Formats: sequence, C-alpha cells, structure tokens
Amino acid sequence: MKIVIDVFLKSGILDPQGKATEHALAVLGFEGVEEVRIGKQIVLNLATKDAQEAISQADAMAKKLLVNEVIEDYTIEPIQ
Amino acid sequence: MMHVAILQFLGSNCDHDTEYAFKKIGVQTTLVWYKEEKLPENIDLVVIPGGFSYGDYLRCGAIARFAPIMSDVISYANAGGKVLGICNGFQILLEAKLLPGAMRRNKNLHFISKFHHLKVENSDNSFLNKLSKEDIVHIPIAHAEGNYYIDEAGLKDLQANHQILLTYCDKDGKPSNPNGSVANIAGICNKEGNVYGLMPHPERAIETLIGSSDGMTMLKGFLK
Repeated sequence: MKIVIDVFLKSGILDPQGKATEHALAVLGFEGVEEVRIGKQIVLNLATKDAQEAISQADAMAKKLLVNEVIEDYTIEPIQ
Repeated sequence: MMHVAILQFLGSNCDHDTEYAFKKIGVQTTLVWYKEEKLPENIDLVVIPGGFSYGDYLRCGAIARFAPIMSDVISYANAGGKVLGICNGFQILLEAKLLPGAMRRNKNLHFISKFHHLKVENSDNSFLNKLSKEDIVHIPIAHAEGNYYIDEAGLKDLQANHQILLTYCDKDGKPSNPNGSVANIAGICNKEGNVYGLMPHPERAIETLIGSSDGMTMLKGFLK
C-alpha cells in the first residue's frame, strides 16, 4: 500500500522558498499569485494492504520522525 | 580535571575544532562515536558539535536525534547533566525536544558564513558566566537553517524564565538579525539551565590572530 505524506510549514510561518518563488513568478509576469507555499512529499510503500492500518502506521511515523509539528503540518493520503 | 565528551556523527565537521578549543583551556576531552550507547563515566559536559549530521536529510538534526548515543544524552540531560549544542548540535537538541522551538531556512535562503556580533542577554549560568549581561562578543556564524522559530506563548516563557542567552546585534549592541530568527535569538537554554544551544561557533573564535578569542571566553565559563 502506497501512502503519500505532504508536509508544509504551518500557515503563518514564513516560507522563504515560497516567498522567493512568488516574487519570481511576479517578475515573470504571472499576475494574481497571492501566495506560494513550498512543501515536501514523502512516499511510503508499506507492506500492509489495509488502508486504515497504513494510514495509522504513517501517522505514527509522521509524529515520531517525518514531521516537526512545532513548525510543520501534514496530510496523509493512501494511493489505490 | 574537567572532562568533556564531544559527540561525532557522520557529517560532524566541528568535532576536532571543539576538541582543540577545550584542550586549549586545559580540559580533558573524549570523542564519542554516535553508535556508542553510553557516554563515558565521570564527564562534566556533553558537547554536540556543528556539521551536517546525516547530510541534513529530512530536517537538520531530525535523524541524528535518534542516533544510538542520543538516548544516553537525553537521560544525562534529564538528570541535570550539562549539554551544549553548537550549530547542528543546537538543531539536534531542538529536534530532541531538549530545547524548545525549531529551525527554519534562513530568511534570505543563503548559507551565511561570517563573523557576527552577539549580545549577552543572560550570563547567570554555567556557560556564559565569564561574561556580563549586555556584553558584546564577536564570533563566526555558519548556517543555512538558523532562523529560530518559537510561537508567541513559547517566546513569553523563554523571556519570563531568562532562557534567551544570546541575541544577534551590531557592534554597538543594536539588534541586527542575519537570518530572520524570532526576537533575534542566537542562543537559548532550557528552563532548568543545564542544556544550552547556539547557532554561532565559539570554537572558531579562540585565537585573536584569526579574528577573535571571544569564543574562548565563552567556553571557559564551563571551567569549575
């Protein structure tokens, strides 16, 4: 079972990469970009076939190591 | 004689500088490989030196924080033992939750490597006691993720408990922030006052010939 974890800086915490990219898009003439946030995606290939079990394993991994909840939020999505 | 344990991770690169600096102030040092499970007996201080442990993969310090030696470091700190984290060592202490807050990429996204002035905010501790509050030291910084973050409630706690030890400033002591850190924070300690973390490198400022010996004055604070 494949699991995708998306990790982003919490809203309200400055994302310097996002800001720099937002500025670059404006310079290139793309209008109406109100915000750019850049995160990271972690793809796990888990042995279990059970989606609920996979999500709960991934959540434990996120909390223990993959995410720093002081500054980051995350979402977990199973891929069918 | 005072005895300091200096941790070595794959990717540590200030371990020998730190060893050299402590030897120079007459301290016994032992380098401790990250795969060890026990710190040496009879130590007075653990130093987690700077570098790029585990290549800074995932987040700076996030993987090193679970290295075998770290469980004993955490027990040592929780029992009141003194721990100093410099640069990557500070990041590891944050990830290990031995210190509050987290590090973000520098605001300007650059790796900043230069001398910077720091103001001593609290010298009433076993690290900076050879200095006085309001003193200004001049030592190198070298990091890409030194943009310290803590939420407002956390910042109030740091202030109330006098946990902010060092802030970035200019040569006259006015606030000057190289990396975006909340409240210009360069170094903090835990509430109990036995765990210290700072981004700047005192071990790189021990010879006036190459810029400054202020780092020496800082490290001498640990001498009994």
